Amino acid sequence: MASRRPSPYPYWFVLPAAVVFVTLFLVPTIASFWFSLTRWDLFAAEFIGWDNYRQFFKEPFLIQGLTNTLIYAVVTSGAKTVLGLMLAVLLTSGIWMQGFLRSVVFFPVLVSTIGVGITFAALMHPTRGVINLGLESIGIDGPAWLSDPALALYSVAMIDIWKGVGLATLIYIAGLAAISPEYYEASRIDGATRWQQFWRVTVPLVRPATVTVVTLSLIGGLRSFDIIWATTRGGPGFASDVLASVIYKQYQAGFYGLATAGNVILFLLIAVIILPLTYWFNKREVDL
Amino acid sequence: MSLRRDATRRRTIGILALLVATVVFILPFIFILFMAVKTKQEAALFLFSWPSEWHFWQNLVDVVQTRNYMLMLAYFNSIVITVGAVTLLVIFGAMVGYVLQRRPSGWNKLIYACILIGLMVPPAIVPTIWVLQAIGLFKTIHGMILIQVAYGLAFSVLLYRSFIGTIPRDLDEAAIIDGAKSWQVFFKVILPLLKPVTVTLIVVQSIAIFNDFTNPLYYLPGKENVTVQLTLFNFQSQFQSQYNLLFMNILLVTIPPLFVFIFFNRQIVAGMTSGAVKG
Repeated sequence: MASRRPSPYPYWFVLPAAVVFVTLFLVPTIASFWFSLTRWDLFAAEFIGWDNYRQFFKEPFLIQGLTNTLIYAVVTSGAKTVLGLMLAVLLTSGIWMQGFLRSVVFFPVLVSTIGVGITFAALMHPTRGVINLGLESIGIDGPAWLSDPALALYSVAMIDIWKGVGLATLIYIAGLAAISPEYYEASRIDGATRWQQFWRVTVPLVRPATVTVVTLSLIGGLRSFDIIWATTRGGPGFASDVLASVIYKQYQAGFYGLATAGNVILFLLIAVIILPLTYWFNKREVDL
Repeated sequence: MSLRRDATRRRTIGILALLVATVVFILPFIFILFMAVKTKQEAALFLFSWPSEWHFWQNLVDVVQTRNYMLMLAYFNSIVITVGAVTLLVIFGAMVGYVLQRRPSGWNKLIYACILIGLMVPPAIVPTIWVLQAIGLFKTIHGMILIQVAYGLAFSVLLYRSFIGTIPRDLDEAAIIDGAKSWQVFFKVILPLLKPVTVTLIVVQSIAIFNDFTNPLYYLPGKENVTVQLTLFNFQSQFQSQYNLLFMNILLVTIPPLFVFIFFNRQIVAGMTSGAVKG
């Protein structure tokens, strides 16, 4: 019998990781599709068909959670992309104290989200908060940031942007560094203005970074939970509830089937948004 | 002439940017510091003001002693979870990245699909609790460690895979010819060479796991299992009238990432931007 030498890269190397990933990630994900169709108390699951989903799309506060998730993800992702690129251009232009400024913008990314949430809840206090006292001193009557139902979601989004824009900036700085200076030189010789250079050279060539920033921040925004929980807990009422906080509330109330249906909806929402986006981004890349 | 004008311009923009950055990004941290050292009454005013008395030490002792030294227990738990999970993420992640990069086969497609799922799909929470209960790991530190490993693997494998591509195959082959077994090649030859990316991974994942709030909230309930982020959450209701202690707690939770940031700035930047350029 010809003994074949075993590969020096054996598949059992994958085994430990695979066991953990399959047991604690894949199995629950697959099981969630079944449990979302049941009334469930963790021990016994009673099949009830599409009832959980029906309830999700019937209860006004659950629908609001869904729309809030979309608004929140689009607002935070859009702002992080635009501000991140602007900050990255500024922080690679050779201004004074550039290195220090980069660190200052980035540091909030590393800080505890709950700590940031509690701090901003104090800063945004309607009457005593630093922000409104500051606005008052220049004659502006500041709003009730976190307790006005029409504003709460956007105030939380602002805190999220404050905390996350540093990561977008960092990714864009790496992307800008990869653009060859020759492009700028050539365009300058052709008489392009700085504005034209930005739109015709920087924006198209920094595309890979844009793809990363948009994808990461959209996924993060759609899944966002802790910053909302630390500031408004979805309130006032259900004004700033998102899918992730709805899932937590249903879980706390013992509606495990409904919570799991929320999980499946969140999963599908992310897939429906991210997969076509990635496909579109990749297709465009081929055209270039 | 034009050069000098350019220099002044850069300086002016720099000063302006510094002013804005100070107001937007630095003042909130100074606010935390001031709140943390104020007296109870003064902190309740929420003002951005110089503390009239510095109660740093007293507030520190008070917050540490709260609820029978809960913060000490929380630090212990958080450190055990972080160290345990990051160790496994390094070893498991490097092993998968190694086989994935070195041995092209049909299985790789499956592994890449799993990586994509791991990066994108939100964990199914209640079914995960159900699995954890079935294998006796719910409400245990071990269970929490394995959860963090499961959630961090995708990123870890990707990071290692791209780095292993830069290590010449000749090295593995030389070791194999010398009679080394496959696990010896990996642990004695390859793993030590991965040190730069390992440091990056350790730093980035440590911060993520130390700062994690949602997963311990779901999978690790119970007083004796408290983690650092959950103390903030627990104290939030208890310290309604003691904002100085709440902010002292925030200060204590913010200091570890600050030190990591100061010492490992380069590795953090490398980890956070990996893949950004290639897309």
